[in-house]
Amino acid sequence: MSNMTSDTTAISEIRPREAAGRGPGPAARKSPADHALAQLTLTRFREFLREPEALFWVFIFPILLAAGLGLAFRNRPAEVLKIATVTPELARALRQDKLLDVQQLSAKAAEEALRTGKVALVAEPGVDGAVVYDFDDTNPEGRTARMLADRAVQRAGGRVDPVAASDRLMREPGSRYIDFLIPGLLGMNLMGSAIWGMGFAIVDARRRKLMKRLIATPMPRHYYLLSFLLSRLVMLVIEVGFLLSFGILVFKVPMRGSLPVLALLCVCASLSFGALGLLIASRARTIEAASGLMNLVMMPMWIVSGVFFSAQRFPDMLQPVIKALPLTAAIDALRANMLQGAGLGQVSPQLLVLAVWLAVCFPVALTLFRWR
Amino acid sequence: MPAPSPTAALRVRNLRKTFKDVVAVDGLELEVRTGECFGLLGPNGAGKTTTIEICEGLTEPDSGDVELLGMRWATDAAELRQRLGIQLQETQLADKVTVLETIRLFRSFFRHGPMPAEVIALVQLEEKMNSRVGGLSGGQKQRLALACALVGDPDFLFLDEPTTGLDPQARRQLWELIERFKLQGRTILLTTHYMDEAEQLCERVAIMDHGKTIALGTPRELIASIGVEHMVEFSAGGAAKALEIAALRRMEGVRDVRAENGTVQMQVTELHRAVPALIEELERQGVPLTELRTHSASLEDVFVTLTGRHLRDE
Repeated sequence: MSNMTSDTTAISEIRPREAAGRGPGPAARKSPADHALAQLTLTRFREFLREPEALFWVFIFPILLAAGLGLAFRNRPAEVLKIATVTPELARALRQDKLLDVQQLSAKAAEEALRTGKVALVAEPGVDGAVVYDFDDTNPEGRTARMLADRAVQRAGGRVDPVAASDRLMREPGSRYIDFLIPGLLGMNLMGSAIWGMGFAIVDARRRKLMKRLIATPMPRHYYLLSFLLSRLVMLVIEVGFLLSFGILVFKVPMRGSLPVLALLCVCASLSFGALGLLIASRARTIEAASGLMNLVMMPMWIVSGVFFSAQRFPDMLQPVIKALPLTAAIDALRANMLQGAGLGQVSPQLLVLAVWLAVCFPVALTLFRWR
Repeated sequence: MPAPSPTAALRVRNLRKTFKDVVAVDGLELEVRTGECFGLLGPNGAGKTTTIEICEGLTEPDSGDVELLGMRWATDAAELRQRLGIQLQETQLADKVTVLETIRLFRSFFRHGPMPAEVIALVQLEEKMNSRVGGLSGGQKQRLALACALVGDPDFLFLDEPTTGLDPQARRQLWELIERFKLQGRTILLTTHYMDEAEQLCERVAIMDHGKTIALGTPRELIASIGVEHMVEFSAGGAAKALEIAALRRMEGVRDVRAENGTVQMQVTELHRAVPALIEELERQGVPLTELRTHSASLEDVFVTLTGRHLRDE
């Protein structure tokens, strides 16, 4: 063994017990970093930061998800509709509308184009200068084309609109899918990292008998649990900052609410999820058992709590249950804050839901907690 | 609280603990004197770990009394924790954390004690100071576990099977370290199922079986108590069946003879008389001698004599 050579030096290191003793000596030089809670929290960080997989799931994965979904569901500019007509006069009239792409075809070709969906509508002259529109009224494009084409034809025929109207286009951030998605992902991330972060670390320490070893020292037990909470809160700042900066910089997601309220929401959500994670991890002795439980708890919430689509889509009778879930509360409140600029008062029902989860889960978890 | 005896660091009286339907500890009595290294010996399942964990305040006994450094777990847990050094069987420390970080963490729980670097030097892990725990060898991990037990400058050290699973060299190295702590006047209670470990390290040992102490004394006393000094073992090839064991028993200086799996084991008081007599007797019986070994009687032989079983038998 490589250390055999250092034998002689080691012997000289041993001091008589009185010298190593119980005087103020080394203890008096303790820095704040040597406080048990600081050391426990530092250890949490080290274990987390040295786990590349964990870093990926917490930081990179949500960004990839946001980027992917943001691209897939990006809003396209209003589309130009293809229509066909058979006379040059009608074609001229219809081309006045920039939203219409007008082709002049023979009657036969026009009918063929309509049937195969190449055009949404065919405008034909009728009797006495009238116009006939051929289109499929079950197709939204056809109905839109009918309105646009008729407006162009009527205006070309001399119609003057009785009411002056002008358009103000609302394509600004806040109403796009990505704006809906980012708060959802933020909530999902808060839940995932709290539950996984606490659950796996606790069950792993129990499985390794490391927890038993720790309680064999004078370590105050609540410090151990507190260290998870503290490291979670610090990690939260990094995690939330990361995802929000991405949303703001890349997709220009709006931040209409106040930052302190947003911070409060994130902290409350994290504490509630942390308590839930603690509860899940309070008894399990194996990673398999814990991860089964975690999925059982989180999976339904990923689906019903409105991460990717509105929770309103579920039947009304389920809504009270869905609204009582911590992830629904977190996401609803985050969306209200970020997209509608909701203040503390408007998100208080959701904060209450989160507080109840915390108040129920934490004491139960502490009672059930298996220390060995 | 009764005044603690100046000589007893640990006193265990009538300790009982049952897990479901298994009696792990069955009325155990124990006394460890201040400054001695006391060994709790026995096969796996004898109740050693349960006993030591009750003494460490990690397991609640069903009944009985544990007095440690003049204190009791029910009333003085916080103070006791400060003054004990504990090494548990099969603790796996966090892999991703370095040796120094692990020691700093454990050091932070204790009011007093040496600096982390001193403890690391003590267990000869200086070169591995900044290595992650996951990369250490079995012996190095065990020395780190020992260091974690020493960070609080304990008065009483519990070591539960400190060398189980280590190769002979790593075991010997750990023994050396433990020997040095003894020089510092610490009281040590260690459990082991290696008899040579107990003979090497312990001033006194208690042999445990089925949750009870079946023998207590210095290793020398215990070995002397079985009244034999030497063990002679031989194989008689395939002819073992034809062997007349009774004739061997009648030989001078032979106390007992036992035959199992073709090997014959004789407890002998006078080796110089017994061996020539044995060879003569085997010649007379016409049995070929294929293997002959002798060793001084050990604690292992004490255990076999007391229980009729070997220590490693499960």
